[in-house]
Amino acid sequence: MFNDSVLNEIEGIKAKYPDRRSALLPSLYIAQREFGWLSHEAMQYVAKTLNLPEAEVRGTSSFYAMFKHQPIGRHLIQLCTNVSCMILGAERLADMLVQKYGLQPNSTSPDGRFSLVIMECIGACGTAPAMLVNTDFHDNLTEKRIEEILEGYK
Amino acid sequence: MEKILLKNIDNPNSSDIDEYIKAGGYRNLSKALSMQPKDILEEVKKSGLKGRGGAGFPTGMKWSFAIADPNLPKYLLCNADEGEPGTFKDRPILEKNPHLLIEGMVISGYVLGSENGYIYLRGEYPHAKEILNKALKQAYEKNYLGDNILGKGIKFHLTVYQGAGAYICGEETALIESIEGKKGQPRNKPPFPVNVGAWNKPTIVNNVETLANLPYIVEVGGEAYSKTGSKDCSGPKLFSVSGCVNNPGVFELPMGTSLKDIIYKYAGGIRGGKALKAVIPGGLSTPVLPADSIDCAMDFVSLPKAGSMLGSGAVIVMDESVCMVKVTHRALKFFEHESCGKCVPCREGTEWLRKILERIEEGQGREGDIELLSDIAGNVAGKTFCPLGDGAAGVVTGMLKHFKGEFEEKIRKV
Repeated sequence: MFNDSVLNEIEGIKAKYPDRRSALLPSLYIAQREFGWLSHEAMQYVAKTLNLPEAEVRGTSSFYAMFKHQPIGRHLIQLCTNVSCMILGAERLADMLVQKYGLQPNSTSPDGRFSLVIMECIGACGTAPAMLVNTDFHDNLTEKRIEEILEGYK
Repeated sequence: MEKILLKNIDNPNSSDIDEYIKAGGYRNLSKALSMQPKDILEEVKKSGLKGRGGAGFPTGMKWSFAIADPNLPKYLLCNADEGEPGTFKDRPILEKNPHLLIEGMVISGYVLGSENGYIYLRGEYPHAKEILNKALKQAYEKNYLGDNILGKGIKFHLTVYQGAGAYICGEETALIESIEGKKGQPRNKPPFPVNVGAWNKPTIVNNVETLANLPYIVEVGGEAYSKTGSKDCSGPKLFSVSGCVNNPGVFELPMGTSLKDIIYKYAGGIRGGKALKAVIPGGLSTPVLPADSIDCAMDFVSLPKAGSMLGSGAVIVMDESVCMVKVTHRALKFFEHESCGKCVPCREGTEWLRKILERIEEGQGREGDIELLSDIAGNVAGKTFCPLGDGAAGVVTGMLKHFKGEFEEKIRKV
């Protein structure tokens, strides 16, 4: 279950909205931060804390792409391949991640270091191709630059 | 043009409240609080400001509907779910000029009689979240937010709500569902959010850029504001330019600037000396324009006449080397992924369109596929709950209108 400080954090969030259910997405983010991903148990904790039906919590959670329902690697690579990034070569970068790091889209590298998610537009189209690693933006990517950048994430 | 929305963003500390105040920030809030809300509403109407999220609805009119509704409380939601592919214009406001947005929201809240605002920020902008939260804290400390703003007894509270990666939540009723802690599926309209919105109360949903115009309208007045831009579409506009250009980026220009100037004068022309082939002028869900149609004013009136839409003002530039079948296929992959599944034409249509485009791109296209694409697109357009389906259909229809030959060639090569 959540510890007291997390429960207090969730109470603080509830107070900002007219209805406790609005705290659901923020609480799912908190659960993901605490446990790394949203396991069945993690979603049960959220349901219990907010006094919501578990099915509602699971249904809502699975609607949103940024909630992870399986364990992920130590670092999450979110590579954009939407049109602005695609026409400047993002697909080559996705291929390179497969070949060099064994990273298929929506999978985790065998060493557990990286997970890769192919994204729909991350709002970095002016500096395409672009990716997020965890919460860091990296722009103007090339195969060589990705290798250098990923060296910084062990 | 003097920068209004992106004023001061070259200052590396532009997001700090002291720098913002030094540059004249929050003065317009003081001015606004010394005016009557109804007088500010008049100025907003006179300004001709239209919503910058894509629909282009007159802001003053939208507000007056919510103001006329006797139900309380009223909520002000800022749509910062900037998800339209090709769009990155709100990001500089959120990351570099957050106090302009906050100032605009407090003024708007005062006019609307709202004491609670929320910024619905897309999950993909973690950096903006940190900056906004810091900016909110500073604004509370200096009494620009809180229970007694500037000692005038005005109350307004502001909270950042983080989305979680769903394009559809940029649609205002889906955004409302999402902030209520539900799946982001659009609601039927009517009732409109101005009457029955968040938590069933009158709710205004405005885009970041729209709200960021408010301090300037208060400063110079509606009439002076309306002098910028084109005849029926006033004000400054942020254009996000991406793709095959030398100098991509966000440009603040008068509404109605020509698409040709945006590409060649501001974004530096086409990369590598190649020829221009096509432009998506308003974000991925607006129909493509061929190279010979770019002599067009970028506003809510002129682009529909040219066969497209202003959308979010996101210009995606494609040179001669870009394959239109591939772009269309990628676009439909996006729409299929982002379809919320609530209504059948969109849910089934986007998948079906994507599958056909996929086989054409892979060289497995069949005789009759082009007619089938047109037929499906025609059966999606205008028959969906929200504009996502229209956008998907419009992309296919627009591409077939201007680049049918490329699709035929791919199919014939089988």
